[in-house]
Amino acid sequence: MSGMSADPAQALPAVMSPLSGQMLELDEDDDLEVFSKDMNLMDGSPMNASMPTSPASMINQYKFEEETDAKDIFVTVDNPESHVTALETFITYRVVTKTTRSEFDSCEYEVRRRYQDFLWLKERLEEGHPTLIMHPLPEKFVMKGMVERFNDDFIETRQKALHKFLNRVADHPILSCHEDFKIFLTAQAWELTSHKKQGPGFLSRMGDTVRAVAASVRGVRNRPEEFTAMLEYVDSFGQKMISLDKVTQRIVKEQKEYLGELKEYGPVYTLWSGSEEELVEPLKGVASCIDRCCKATEEQIGHLSENLVPLLHEYVLCTDSVKAVLRRRDNIQAESEAKNDALANRKADREALKDSKDLGFVLGSFLGKKPEEAKQQKEQRLDSEINELKEEVERLEDKVECANNALKGDWLRWQGNMRSDIKAAFVSTAEKNVDYYEKCLAVWESFLTSQTAAHDMESNSGHSS
Amino acid sequence: MQSWCSGSSLAEFLQFQPNPQSLLYDYLQIKGAALHVQPIPANAAYSASTDVQCMAEGSCLLRKMEISVAEAEKRTGKNAVNMQETYTVYLIETSVTEGHNPVPDSLWRRYSEFELLRNYLLVTYPFIVIPPLPEKRAEFVWHKLSADNMDPDFVERRRIGLENFLLRVASHPVLSSDKIFFLFLTENGWKEAVFETGFLAKSDSRLKALNATFRVKNPDKRFSELKHYSDELQSVTSQLLRVRARVADRLYGVYKVHGNYGRVFSEWSAIEKEMGDGLQSAGHHMDAYAASVDDILEEEEHYADQLKEYLFYAEAVKAVCRKHELLQYELETASQDLASKKQQQEELAAGTVRTFSFKGMTSKLFGQETPEQREAKLKVLEEQIKEGEVTVTEKTLECEEFVKNAWKDIERFKEQKDHDLREALMSYAVMQISMCKKGIQVWTNAKECFSKM
Repeated sequence: MSGMSADPAQALPAVMSPLSGQMLELDEDDDLEVFSKDMNLMDGSPMNASMPTSPASMINQYKFEEETDAKDIFVTVDNPESHVTALETFITYRVVTKTTRSEFDSCEYEVRRRYQDFLWLKERLEEGHPTLIMHPLPEKFVMKGMVERFNDDFIETRQKALHKFLNRVADHPILSCHEDFKIFLTAQAWELTSHKKQGPGFLSRMGDTVRAVAASVRGVRNRPEEFTAMLEYVDSFGQKMISLDKVTQRIVKEQKEYLGELKEYGPVYTLWSGSEEELVEPLKGVASCIDRCCKATEEQIGHLSENLVPLLHEYVLCTDSVKAVLRRRDNIQAESEAKNDALANRKADREALKDSKDLGFVLGSFLGKKPEEAKQQKEQRLDSEINELKEEVERLEDKVECANNALKGDWLRWQGNMRSDIKAAFVSTAEKNVDYYEKCLAVWESFLTSQTAAHDMESNSGHSS
Repeated sequence: MQSWCSGSSLAEFLQFQPNPQSLLYDYLQIKGAALHVQPIPANAAYSASTDVQCMAEGSCLLRKMEISVAEAEKRTGKNAVNMQETYTVYLIETSVTEGHNPVPDSLWRRYSEFELLRNYLLVTYPFIVIPPLPEKRAEFVWHKLSADNMDPDFVERRRIGLENFLLRVASHPVLSSDKIFFLFLTENGWKEAVFETGFLAKSDSRLKALNATFRVKNPDKRFSELKHYSDELQSVTSQLLRVRARVADRLYGVYKVHGNYGRVFSEWSAIEKEMGDGLQSAGHHMDAYAASVDDILEEEEHYADQLKEYLFYAEAVKAVCRKHELLQYELETASQDLASKKQQQEELAAGTVRTFSFKGMTSKLFGQETPEQREAKLKVLEEQIKEGEVTVTEKTLECEEFVKNAWKDIERFKEQKDHDLREALMSYAVMQISMCKKGIQVWTNAKECFSKM
């Protein structure tokens, strides 16, 4: 299957993938695949395009670079483009996949996807693995201010967030194996559309939703302590993230206002130098220092806006995701508890039969049935119901256990990711701030040295002003 | 930095050596003279012990005496209209350094007394650029500082400014030998002495000065240019002070918001296991960062005060220019009077009336005057002309003397100004450097803490 996206169905400009010219030729033997020079992205060693290598040995090579498990799938999201149709205007993003996984027919794919498609993927993954924690998608709408949907900053931020989302899925050992993930990465636009339609029907989805609502209304009775602890943690964590998000945005705002005033400050020194004679050099020097500090401040603001601000915002969204996961787990448990209750009721009914306390016989006798027959019929009915319920209960209990284990495992994963994300973002911010101050320091120090040197020269030559 | 001196002019040098390592620096350096000004508390901008190199012709008071404004105190008392008021007094300490035993002396003075002294100096030495007093009311404040005259920070900065004023006067080649100034420093009863000088009567009225400014025809070009320069200096320094105050305000905001990180990190660390320690210590650094801005901006106030001094100095320069214009105008008026009187004399002697005169008209109407009358008039005119010539000679001399002396002091002032402002700009750079170093340290520490999370 070709990985090129030449899709006539959408009003796309012909996006010629730069890889197309280097599309691989598959050998007769599927085990041997030749990788193009572009694969240098994945491994540092120079690769001869004609050298046959098996995917397994490629993975071995990866192990040198990756400290974690061998990464065998790489996904990028970039190149936003606007599409105008009669009905709507929307943005698509280019999604490039490079992989050595055997379940993929090819090792490179390039498709275009819109936000809706990502949303669909997320829903499918959630359905398949309700208690796995996924990185959040960027928001559908941005409420604050008049942010236009097609504003450049908005698009760039969204694209980066989509890239991260997809990468987190790709890195997840379980989620990345989901069939719909593969389809998302590889299908042509029309193929994707038709596949979407094949999904669980509207009515069955409704049924799921109804069950979920019913379960959440019912509530879970015996939530294990560790999940309660998780919920409490996520609550607190979420509040902290919201606070940090606010604080950081406030810092950006204050920095921008500071920059505004600073930009008016330097020129006054330059103005002053116009009326002076001896003081021209130092005054111009100070003006120039201030201007250079302005530039450094602008860079610092940019860095903050592009790194820490989006990261904190992502983790605000993350807490909502995690809360949803915990809720789904609760619902699964609630369903199971409900079935257990139902089973217990039937068993109690069965017991009641033995004691012949069932007044239903009286009714049965009115209908011309012999009490003995009616009792036997009822016994049989109850027995079969009980057996059915027993199977159900077992299934649901299994489901609960699976869900709990999945969540427990993923919880650690999520915490690890969170720690490294947050750490990286704050370390980077601190580094940038150090860098900012170092730049300004150099600027002022050079001014001071030049002034001292000029002064020394003057006094050495015995001059007086 | 080495000391440097102007070869030919009578400047004295206020020189300072910025010490980049310390955040505090000595502003005045008095070298050579046996003078140490009494040590001032830490964040003094102008003063503290230093050397002033006095190349003055006259005796420099600072050679013989230490001067400082050591303290400030609140007092309450009854004022002129018998109402209770609160005011601040400043302690002037002096000690004569003759011999080995300095004899200390001290007395308390109010700001209004400093004003009186300065007004006396303005009138008595109109050809000198008189050092300015610190501002009466706090201006160019940014939000943290209160504009209240009783605010301790304001009082402290004013104390420093008053001391600076006294030191400037005491190191001036001409002003330092003034008797009244000496009495101000040493005698409680100086007020009688200053009023005895009758300086109030000698002061020029504002109206007279304004009139002269508009009507003078040939002022010395240098003074016109100087006046123009002073206007520019005033305009640009006040603009600079305004913008600087706004920048300071914004900087304050940026630093203080970081304090919130400290709070949130600390709360957050309570729910984390691995990240807890890193967050907690990072939070402390954020708190330290937020707190550091107070000292930074306090120091910058001293820079602002240095700019303000020259903002006010500009006004003093303009005063000298105005005096020149006044004298020049008086000279021109006297010369004009003399010329017209001479012409009258001519006409009277020749018997023709070329110029219109009331006497001429009346004589036409009522008949010629008698030869005796004419003789009398000529005699009067001769007297007047003689007087007029003396006046013109006097005025010319006065004007020339003034121009000579004033320009001498202006040259001295220009050098002082260039020197002081250059030093101020460099000290500003030193402040920025120290601020950057602090920033580097805090964020390096924070980065370490984050790395350990």
